Amino acid sequence: MTKKEATRDRYGVILKKLAEKDKNIIVMDCDLGRSTRSYSITEVDKKRFIEMGISEQDMISTAAGLAHEGKIVFANSFAVFIVGRAFDQIRQQLALANLNVKVCGSSAGLTEGPDGATHQSIADVSLMRSLPNMVVMVPADGPQTEAAVIAAYKHKGPVYLRLSRYDIENIYSEEYKYDIYKAVELSGGKNIAFVTCGPILSNVVSAVKALNEKGIDVGVINVPTLKPIDKSSIRNFALKYKKLITVEEHNIFGGLGSAIAEVVSVMEEKEKANICMVGVNDTFGESGTAVELLSKHKLDVISLVNKVIEISK
Amino acid sequence: MESDALIKLENRVNEARINLIKMFGIGKSHHYGGSLSCADILTALYFYKMNYSLEKMNDKNRDRFIMGKGHSVPTQYVMLAMHGIIPFDELKTIKQLGTRLQGHPDINKTPGIEAPTGSLGQGLSYANGIALAGRYDDYNYNIYVMLGDGELQEGQIWEAAMTTNHYKLNNVTVIVDRNKYQSQGSIDELLSIEPIEEKFRSFGWHAERIDGHNMKEICIALDNTDKIDKPCAIIADTIKGKGVSFMEGTYKYHNNSLNAEEHEKALQEITKRL
Repeated sequence: MTKKEATRDRYGVILKKLAEKDKNIIVMDCDLGRSTRSYSITEVDKKRFIEMGISEQDMISTAAGLAHEGKIVFANSFAVFIVGRAFDQIRQQLALANLNVKVCGSSAGLTEGPDGATHQSIADVSLMRSLPNMVVMVPADGPQTEAAVIAAYKHKGPVYLRLSRYDIENIYSEEYKYDIYKAVELSGGKNIAFVTCGPILSNVVSAVKALNEKGIDVGVINVPTLKPIDKSSIRNFALKYKKLITVEEHNIFGGLGSAIAEVVSVMEEKEKANICMVGVNDTFGESGTAVELLSKHKLDVISLVNKVIEISK
Repeated sequence: MESDALIKLENRVNEARINLIKMFGIGKSHHYGGSLSCADILTALYFYKMNYSLEKMNDKNRDRFIMGKGHSVPTQYVMLAMHGIIPFDELKTIKQLGTRLQGHPDINKTPGIEAPTGSLGQGLSYANGIALAGRYDDYNYNIYVMLGDGELQEGQIWEAAMTTNHYKLNNVTVIVDRNKYQSQGSIDELLSIEPIEEKFRSFGWHAERIDGHNMKEICIALDNTDKIDKPCAIIADTIKGKGVSFMEGTYKYHNNSLNAEEHEKALQEITKRL
């Protein structure tokens, strides 16, 4: 059995590698460095890790000042806090000023787990998507995270990187051969395709396997970059398929589902896919294990299989 | 300090105030109060203290000024014009569509602006970031941050003050424009912030209070910061709207407009002082 990995783990590994090569990389965190894995940089250079304490707003504005002077900053905390508490600073001093800071929101989604609703971010993607100049990436597994972090590092401007603590088996091979800015049709299907991002891709892939065994042929489309979104591929998929089921560990309002709907709804063609959105149904999470929570919110394999069967009728 | 040099600086302050009134024009709302109150301090920084000029403006080792209380950026625009960085006849385009001179500091549109501010409370953190960057690169510059007294109500200021102290960023200096009024009224009545020096001192800073309209005191305080091995906060007692009698000591001109008559009166009052 392949070992399981969370996207935050691969983030720590690749961040360390990049920091070793480029002395302009600075990493900041708000007392969560060992959890976000941002602390990994201390294994190569303790001096370039800046502990900001529990002050997310201070961290983002300080990161902006460092970026002003040419540093490439990776600023970290839990997704719910970094986006929630420091939204104004991200808006005013990163997005508006167009500064080179990567906002890394860790332990995102329901799968933050037992800590409960206060720690489970379900609106971070929506908030970040709504900012001009912000690139928004939601990698699904280790290899895709590596590609996303490298792309974020190369991009000259602010990036939001959504990272997770949910352990999954990697779906992509280590030689990630796709363009991280493009939607990937992992497998084709007839009439129906799932469209997804983040580690929930793992449940989607398992659901499709189970559906195949029932003789139902469902496609899988992975969209790792939500902004700028790959409009041309998504339009093609909306013409190829009759139904697109978006799946995300995020509120159905404002995240991936909305992003796909924004592209598809303005298409001129009459014959285009209908969209069905699966995600957190505009409710908050609660304490529980990651698996229990995904199940309760109908993001587990069985629920995804049943959703296809339901909409096929 | 030579009295000649002092008089030159004081004249420049009056010139700055005249330029502000001219720039603001007639019938449009502007942040008169807070822009007038900090004219002395900015003149001291840009024409006495800072290692800064048109020739040096892109030097890595230049001193930097950050207008934390972003709505007072008009005064900074005047300083930049006096340094030849912005043409004087461009000043009147402030806040008009398409201008380089935005209502609040914009690092991408305007030359000479060192930080994006406008949402209060963010300037000191940004200054800390610049100071930390300088440390990695072995640069030795000073960063001066002007904060509003109302701005001290923002919690982020105190987060930043903790950081300045913790990382011993002693080349960061705060000047508080203590003009006593915020947008809706007297600070002491709305949400009191005193004692200010004690607050900064308890955060590990050196803090002192001066008369923010006494050029000699301002220059001495600024020179002192070089000798002190701590981040310094200079609390400058000022008069909101200083220089124009009907604007002084009130919240009403935090953001307001002048009609033609008032505009003329304001210009005359300041010109008399030259």
